[in-house]
Amino acid sequence: MEFVKKTDYDYDIRLFKDRGDVFWYSLLALALVVGPIFAPPYVLTLGVFVGIYVIAGAGLMLLSGYTGQISLGHAAFMAVGAYSSAVLQKWGVPFPLALIASGAFAAAIGIVVGLPALRLHGIYLAIATLAFAFIIEEILTRWEVVTNGPSGLMVKTMSFGDWPARTPMDKFYVVLAVAILAMLGIKNLLRSPSGLAMMAVRDSETAAQAMGVNLARTKLTAFAVSAALTGFAGAFYADAIRFISPEQFTITMSIELLVLIFIGGIGSLHGVVYGAIFVVALPQLISQIKDFLPSFIAEQPGLEAAVYGFLLLFFIIVEPLGIYGIWMKIKHYFGQFPFYKKGELKRNKTFAKAERW
Amino acid sequence: MIIFLQGLVSGISIGCIYALVALGFVLIYKATEIVNFAQGELMMIGAFFAFTFINLWHLPFFVGVPLAFVATAIFGAALNHFVLRRLIGYSTFSIVLATVGLATLIRALASMVPGWGTETHTIDNPVAGKVLRLAGIAISYEHISVIVVTIVLVAVIYLFFTFTRIGVAMQATAQSQLAAGYVGIPVRSMFSLVWALSAGVACIAGVLLAPIAFVHVNVGYIGLKAFPAAVLGGFGSIPGAVVGGIIIGVVEELSGLYLPPGFKSVAAYVVLLLVLMVRPQGMFGVSLKTRV
Repeated sequence: MEFVKKTDYDYDIRLFKDRGDVFWYSLLALALVVGPIFAPPYVLTLGVFVGIYVIAGAGLMLLSGYTGQISLGHAAFMAVGAYSSAVLQKWGVPFPLALIASGAFAAAIGIVVGLPALRLHGIYLAIATLAFAFIIEEILTRWEVVTNGPSGLMVKTMSFGDWPARTPMDKFYVVLAVAILAMLGIKNLLRSPSGLAMMAVRDSETAAQAMGVNLARTKLTAFAVSAALTGFAGAFYADAIRFISPEQFTITMSIELLVLIFIGGIGSLHGVVYGAIFVVALPQLISQIKDFLPSFIAEQPGLEAAVYGFLLLFFIIVEPLGIYGIWMKIKHYFGQFPFYKKGELKRNKTFAKAERW
Repeated sequence: MIIFLQGLVSGISIGCIYALVALGFVLIYKATEIVNFAQGELMMIGAFFAFTFINLWHLPFFVGVPLAFVATAIFGAALNHFVLRRLIGYSTFSIVLATVGLATLIRALASMVPGWGTETHTIDNPVAGKVLRLAGIAISYEHISVIVVTIVLVAVIYLFFTFTRIGVAMQATAQSQLAAGYVGIPVRSMFSLVWALSAGVACIAGVLLAPIAFVHVNVGYIGLKAFPAAVLGGFGSIPGAVVGGIIIGVVEELSGLYLPPGFKSVAAYVVLLLVLMVRPQGMFGVSLKTRV
């Protein structure tokens, strides 16, 4: 595709590629800081959820997109984060401490899940994480002394010292700050030896091991960091919806997170943001469009799920790099402007790249 | 003792349902390497076809069920032809997600079909309500029929794969698509056939499950127990799927009887994790070394 002229060895590991990058990211940051002043509270609330999904998605992207470990149970980490923060706050622990604890708990659980996962691959790992998620969900339902069981738990508003983040705007800024930190953190991690080791594990475990990558340590780090981020997201999620109960953190949410990283674009951090916007905006869009549809379609209870399922299938078959892939193609088209050739970006046909021949 | 035996029998019979769903799952995986998370939904569609033929169109049970089998088989083959064929060669991750999306789509579409909807239905069956009393324990004919039909079905599938030309061709395809293609086996048609077969098996599972768990658009969630069953047995092993299904059914039922509430719903998963810790490739699975 594009050829970048590299003039410096640092180019490959620099946080921002060039001045253009710095310029656009600064502009984006400025827009995100100034924008909320003009945005209505409804949009800000959606923005809070986008931020939360960005944090959780970044966690899952690190594990699935960069380390290649499928997790069908990430909602469990979200639940652990949400419950630790809510319960600790109920016991009078200030929010910043509760937030850190929720990340730490989730990371600890992540390591517990990661340990058996060290020997598992592909579908075995997927089902094992699924099993863990079910077990954690059941524990949350049954451990009524702490979690109040199925009847759920009210969550205190988060506050930093004497400053409670009550309005959507306050919450948005807090979540925004954490989301940016998370993204920068992951980006930083990915250019460090640990992050490179993770990508090596994704591309080929055997080759990575032959190069001296410690598989167990790399995978466990990925699990722990991923779970911690998702735990943070859980804490903010609990704060944003004010009331948590075990049935909010089911497999549906795990799948939602997977959809996020996949439709956003697997293996790209931009994709996390696109995916988060997609996941939050889609139900809103559908409910907006519903008014214009004939009633026999609009009144179907399964409409949203149908659109969701269809889009997921469509993206995987037609555009496996997700929204990020579409964006790259648009960029390429205009970058090359009059010289774009038809079929230039056509994917190579995949032949059965089977595990066994 | 009587309670134990009764729990055992109902555990085995629910385990047989898991086994049948897991079996379909494994058949598809072995042949095409597609991990079909929509297998539970195929079962749901099968049950709804049977419901349509028997309850809505008032066909006799033994006409309606074979019709439903054929209809579901065609549905499965069509699914392969129009959608899933395109996924061959993708990473496990994409395939898992794609079939999860497919499952969501099928579930949503099924709820839109007039006459199916989101209500709970039953299928009229000839053994409804009858109970066999044997040495003090009462077993409903519905449970017995599940076990008997599963045994017969597994035997038929075994014979089919061992003694028929098509069955052997399917085995060859499963072992090596490339080599099968070289010796003149139409690999694509084999894929469609495998899908048809496993959809048909799922349909039978759905009909058998109907008296126990009713017919409902969300009945496909039983797949969430059947996939662990397949993994427990060792993914890609047909006897493993059957044994895994029965183990999960029995463990679930007995832990519901003897352990505090809450254990019933997670017992299957605990067993699964314990087995995977000892044998990461499942009970009958073969660990594959992938080349770099």
